[in-house]
Amino acid sequence: MADVTPMKTPAEQALSAAYEAARGSLPGKGGIATLREGAFKRFEERGLPHRRVEDWKYTDLRALMREANPLAPAPDAAAKARAKDAGKILKGLDSRRLVFVDGVFAPEMSDLAPEDGLTIGSLADALASGDALVAEHVGSTFATDDVAVALNTALMGDGAVIRIAKAAELKRPIHLVFATGADKPSANFVRSLVVVDEGAKATIIEEHDSGDAQVNAATELVVGDEAEADYFKVTRARALHVASLLAQIGAKATFNSFAYTSDSSVVRNQNFVRFAGEHSHGGIRGVSLQRGKEHVDTTLLIEHAAAHCESREQFKSVLDDRGHGVFQGKIVVKPHAQKTDAKMMTRSLLLTDEAEADNKPELEIFADDVVCGHGATTSAPDKALKFYLMSRGIPEPEAEALLIQAFIGEVVEEIGNEAIREALMNAAIEWMGSRG
Amino acid sequence: MSLLEVKNLHVEIDGKKILNGLDLTVEKGHVAAIMGPNGSGKSTLAYVLAGKEDYEVTEGDVLLDGESILEMSPDERAAKGVFLAFQYPVEVPGVATMTFLRTALNAQRKSRGEGEVSTPEFMKLVRDTAKNLGISQEMLRRAVNVGFSGGEKKRQEILQMSVLQPRIAVLDETDSGLDIDALRIVADGVNALRSPERSMIVITHYQRLLNYIVPEVVHVMARGRVVKTGGKELALELEAKGYAEYAGEEAA
Repeated sequence: MADVTPMKTPAEQALSAAYEAARGSLPGKGGIATLREGAFKRFEERGLPHRRVEDWKYTDLRALMREANPLAPAPDAAAKARAKDAGKILKGLDSRRLVFVDGVFAPEMSDLAPEDGLTIGSLADALASGDALVAEHVGSTFATDDVAVALNTALMGDGAVIRIAKAAELKRPIHLVFATGADKPSANFVRSLVVVDEGAKATIIEEHDSGDAQVNAATELVVGDEAEADYFKVTRARALHVASLLAQIGAKATFNSFAYTSDSSVVRNQNFVRFAGEHSHGGIRGVSLQRGKEHVDTTLLIEHAAAHCESREQFKSVLDDRGHGVFQGKIVVKPHAQKTDAKMMTRSLLLTDEAEADNKPELEIFADDVVCGHGATTSAPDKALKFYLMSRGIPEPEAEALLIQAFIGEVVEEIGNEAIREALMNAAIEWMGSRG
Repeated sequence: MSLLEVKNLHVEIDGKKILNGLDLTVEKGHVAAIMGPNGSGKSTLAYVLAGKEDYEVTEGDVLLDGESILEMSPDERAAKGVFLAFQYPVEVPGVATMTFLRTALNAQRKSRGEGEVSTPEFMKLVRDTAKNLGISQEMLRRAVNVGFSGGEKKRQEILQMSVLQPRIAVLDETDSGLDIDALRIVADGVNALRSPERSMIVITHYQRLLNYIVPEVVHVMARGRVVKTGGKELALELEAKGYAEYAGEEAA
């Protein structure tokens, strides 16, 4: 079949028009403007990814994105007021909240108390002022020609710029809350940069509570040698949500990530992670809870580019009604990355006959002395377990909830931070309680 | 007065007939032992009483206090006082033993219109019972049955039974996989629950268990029916002669 370039869809036309209109006012000159132009050109050439693009096979953006919402206007006081309750899942957490409304940093809603070794800024300011850290890292943490990342680069407006200085240890997690205040359908393109310098320790949370706003988010995370970074992404999105994590891990470093997704219509979480220094450890994990026709796609590209690193990839999805879970996990081991130890596992629990799980694990190994493996399972709740619980007097819905809790518990238990672990498990229990 | 009446019970699984007109009456306060060769339908009877869905009852009835339980779901039967101690208790990863026990007890109480048990009361009940059964605090903190030996799982079954205080307990080969010390502990746990208001059905292959849990009645099952009923001396007779006599009887 000839690969005919189709006519531009309305969404593609709207995205192009949005860029053309915003081009003059988007923050950043010189190198940044060139970066935007290059990224926009990539989008123009390729359009939105669709099912014949292998990496997007199960999440056909061209079909799913019927229209592109206009860029959100700068939030006014009313929008900020509407956004103030966002971020419910981790509300009680003792954290440093930094709030973004419609993709724009809201310093007056944020906790900017000074802390040794911590620098916080807004991406819009940093781009406008030609900040050196941003110039050094933005667009180069993990080079990819992915179109969603390209669109983000072309249209990035604001986001967080966070630097944790050498050997600094943050007292509280940094909690980025991305809220929606616009009362009309809108879109925003947030871009954040987090640099954890050598030997520093930090926990970064991105909580997206984006309502009806379309979001294309990207976060670049640079983990220095001997640094420890925990990264969480909590997502509740009622409109199309595409998020890309671009991470580079140094030597003897520890990186753990966890993605929690529930009550979201269409989510694509892409994780591009490169182990660039030797003797590092990484855990890339997550849970998604889906019902209705919700679609959650987790796509990983884990690149082992240095020897003696260990990574664990572990994802679970609970699929009720006609929920559709997608997992694409690719581990690439470069030729010199000997002694790599990488294990990937994905499990889906299907609560109905109509739910669907697609799993596509891939290993590309170019080194000859490695331990790599992957596994995927898809199953219904275990009947024998359910009967055992019911035979003790536990009614069926509660028995199922306990089994779902047990199912996701295996991966939730891997979260080191007790408060976050409990908050996420409680959110999951609440989700189960609201099952019809 | 009889607590449980099984009347002319016919049961199939996947079209295969397992119980074939079984009649059984268990008096209030009695321990009834059921013995019989492999494949005679003992475990099927246990599962059918507890309400496992794979079994199809084609004829007959099961009455608890004169009320049919066949249309009830397993949790409804449990709330009415039916308890099955499983031959092979399953592991439930991720569900803490205490959470499980508490959820079960409160669900049963709620179903009976009783209030929830208070935390201190519940903790004391579980701790005291666990102690008598040689179950450590550490084991109570673990997920249900996960990583337990066969004998430890059987003790957990008796712990659950003690906490839930059923009216009719069915012990399906609780003695299998137990060494002599564990057998004694489990039997002590069972005997502690004997009461004029509570009946038990003890399914076993071996007479040994019945030295510790002494039954009022012994039934022999073969080919899906009760073929002989007697006193506790019947168990000794079976131990000496085996089941050949009953296996042959069905040739007709």
